Amino acid sequence: MAAADSGLAAAGSTLALPPKLVRISGFIASLILTFIGLTAITFTIGRVMPADPVLAIVGDRASQEVYDQVFLQLGLDQPIYVQYFKYLGQLLQGDLGTSIMTAQPVADDILRFFPATLELATVATLLGIFVGIPMGVLAAVNQGRWPDHVVRIISLIGYSAPIFWLGMIAILIFYFKLDWVAGPGRLDVFYDSIVDPVSGILILDAALAGEWEIFHNAIAHLILPASILGTFALAYIARMTRSFMLDQLSQEYILTARVKGIPEWQVIWRHAFRNVLVQLITIIGLTYASLLEGSVLTETIFSWPGIGLYITNSLFNNDMNAVLGGTIVVGVCFVGINLLSDLLYKLVDPRVR
Amino acid sequence: MSSIRRVVANVVDSPLLSVEDLHVTYHTPTGPVLAVKGVSFELGREKLGIVGESGSGKSQTGRAILGLTAPGGEVRARRLEFQDTDLLRADKRTMRRIRGGGISMIMQDPKYSLNPVMTVGKQIEEAFLVHSNDSKPEARRRTLEMLRAVQIREPERVYRAYPHEVSGGMGQRIMIAMMMIPEPSIIIADEPTSALDVTVQLQVLAVLDDMISERGMGLIFISHDLNLIASFCDRILIMYGGQVMEECRADELAQAKHPYTRGLLNCLPRLDGGQDGSQDELAVLRRDPAWLETHEKMS
Amino acid sequence: MSVVSLRGWLLAEVPESKAQARCQRLFIGWLAFKGNPVAVIGLLIIASLVMIAVLAPWITTSDALEPDLMGRLQPPGSEHWLGTDELGRDILDRIIWGSRITLYIVGLVSIIVVPIGLLIGVVAGYMGGWVDTVLMRLTDIFLAFPRLILAMALVAALGPGLENAVLAIALTTWSPFARIARAEALTIRNSDFILAARMQGVSTAGILARHVAPLCMSSVIVRLTLDMAGIILTAAGLGFLGLGAQPPTPEWGAMISLGRQYLIDQWWVPTMPGIAILVVSLGFNLLGDGLRDVFDPKSGG
Repeated sequence: MAAADSGLAAAGSTLALPPKLVRISGFIASLILTFIGLTAITFTIGRVMPADPVLAIVGDRASQEVYDQVFLQLGLDQPIYVQYFKYLGQLLQGDLGTSIMTAQPVADDILRFFPATLELATVATLLGIFVGIPMGVLAAVNQGRWPDHVVRIISLIGYSAPIFWLGMIAILIFYFKLDWVAGPGRLDVFYDSIVDPVSGILILDAALAGEWEIFHNAIAHLILPASILGTFALAYIARMTRSFMLDQLSQEYILTARVKGIPEWQVIWRHAFRNVLVQLITIIGLTYASLLEGSVLTETIFSWPGIGLYITNSLFNNDMNAVLGGTIVVGVCFVGINLLSDLLYKLVDPRVR
Repeated sequence: MSSIRRVVANVVDSPLLSVEDLHVTYHTPTGPVLAVKGVSFELGREKLGIVGESGSGKSQTGRAILGLTAPGGEVRARRLEFQDTDLLRADKRTMRRIRGGGISMIMQDPKYSLNPVMTVGKQIEEAFLVHSNDSKPEARRRTLEMLRAVQIREPERVYRAYPHEVSGGMGQRIMIAMMMIPEPSIIIADEPTSALDVTVQLQVLAVLDDMISERGMGLIFISHDLNLIASFCDRILIMYGGQVMEECRADELAQAKHPYTRGLLNCLPRLDGGQDGSQDELAVLRRDPAWLETHEKMS
Repeated sequence: MSVVSLRGWLLAEVPESKAQARCQRLFIGWLAFKGNPVAVIGLLIIASLVMIAVLAPWITTSDALEPDLMGRLQPPGSEHWLGTDELGRDILDRIIWGSRITLYIVGLVSIIVVPIGLLIGVVAGYMGGWVDTVLMRLTDIFLAFPRLILAMALVAALGPGLENAVLAIALTTWSPFARIARAEALTIRNSDFILAARMQGVSTAGILARHVAPLCMSSVIVRLTLDMAGIILTAAGLGFLGLGAQPPTPEWGAMISLGRQYLIDQWWVPTMPGIAILVVSLGFNLLGDGLRDVFDPKSGG
């Protein structure tokens, strides 16, 4: 990304284009190039890698006719780059192929499952932000003393533990033994399909419809998986916040602030933290993106009907189209979020403006 | 402080700051490091220069006065008083009031000593609002006034600017404005011109000088530049290895007695090569380890 | 010649040979490392892992593959310290044998990603120009991907199995190393000693192999250690999904998956392997942190 930026910057300056335009077009170029890369890889995985891509789709018990049909459908008689361009064309039209499992277009399936993952990842990230950031600041301000050690240990366990195992233990303790939360899935079966899926995000939809019982039930189901996923986010964010804060607290302008006679809490939050905020944007973006992926395992454990579960189930059913379709969607989101947070960082930091 | 009190204080002439036997010790894993070893001096409404090389303890002295020694450092003194307040035993609130409102400090490089994500105006306003109960509009008015006082020609534009958008000289003047606006009695300037070009240095020093004389303040000017201090200050303290080697009046520097001071003077290149042609080769300072042992300073 | 103590030799002001200089550097690094108790714990954990894996045939009571349906699902006790699983196998034994698999994964992934990352990074950084741009674009593409999902897709295409899982993990983790190696190569590229080597007629390949690459090694190794925990977790995740080592191989992730249905009443079956994963992952994280503090103390972590 840096290479493209500098190349474009050079080109832009020779053409005397305004720097903002150059930067935005650099961003778009990055997005396009990475999308091409991603699709090239999924194409390779789907067509080139399996010994027989047709078998991967029809299974090894299909008749010769079906085999030949699919062979032609896939355009396997044509040279590879032609196949790739056809594939790319299909993708850009939103055609992700048809799922073998559900016989529906993969794109439709994914659209149905995506909001659940979005809900989970968003709540988990919020948890990571509102718990992780204060933890990181606390640790940095008290470096070497017990709050620092506690935060570092929690953080360390948070990203050393296998998330699916952590989820399992949490279910054991909080659901089976303590009965504090609801069980697997997003809602008790009893409440299924009552609320109109306006946004697909259950808690929002339930609140909008005024169905408070359903709202509470949804939250009871959401809280444990979001906490588990959030633990990972929290661990990472706390650690990075601590690192950034330590860096800032050793800078000269902090001494200046203290010399002015400002109360210490203001020095920490209004001065040091403000400088950290910019860097945290990138971190939060990275975290959100990785949670989209981390949800795969969490959803499996909690039977949360999101994209992760979809990909996993498709995997077990050898539904290559679905798996690759899901991979592309998650991949694009992942890349998109990262690039977006990159852009946001450049917009917010006054030094870069 | 109101101008009447200032006049009265000028007349009464008790020292603003009294430092007696100041020690700053850092406890490191490899043993204690004695950064300041028994420094004593008094400061009135005058310009006191502290000269020394890196590691002589001059900056540490300044920080110790403000109670801003880095963590791991221990400050001890027989007396450390500012205008009747015991700085050693003062509680946190008192110290916060004194910092900025009583004693202020200007640092070396505005590139690093100003908050990069806050506008200049806000930073100066903050310094003002911490020590007064005035309103925000009043703070803004005072800030602009202050920016004008430090010879900044477009105060409105600079008010809205970020630190990285101003030059070094302007940054230091902004620093001065920021540190003067709460009307302290003493200002400590820690290498204020070391990061600036020579021409800009003179400008900044002129601004500093004006403000100090106008307000009748005390100045502690810390530097490694003997010439600069000799021309700018009234009295000079020469530090080496954490101790004061010699204390003298600026106009009597040439008659300094301590070998270290004489050594420093000899190392300064002179355009006339010494009136007796004695300076054919530029001398190199030879350090006598005996200077590092605790002793009484020469004055 | 007087007899000089080992410590004296290691701390001498002026080393007399290249070997001595190298030993001195290692020793000083070790001293710095030793001062960080948390990092030492990490080192101990990893060392224990290696020892357990090596000594497995001697410290286990069985080969952990034979089912014993009479003794299934026994709680932890004096005979089976961590209990038995759903096929009656001793869990502790299975965990011990599983450590070999963990080490195998660690080793195999390292052998693949370090050379690839170094090669790409060093070539890109040293050559610059369009070679750099192309290689870095390639690196960025792989870097931008969700690791687990891409690994899943790869395994889906290639079929489940330990080697395929390792390949998938390796393909999704080499990018950061290329970036690091490139950054180092860029710094070194214009140094005098490189110029000297060029003037002596050393080929580009020779310069890269003998001068540039070794200097990039330490950063790459530190990063590798830090990433190792993530690699282990990804491998465990793949194992949990049934995409890694196949039964009856005692891979820790797969053990959790198989034991999941017994969570409520025989909690030890899925829980114990998870603790093993946690401890090893923790060990690598601590070790990586410690190494990074030694090599780059200003990272403040």
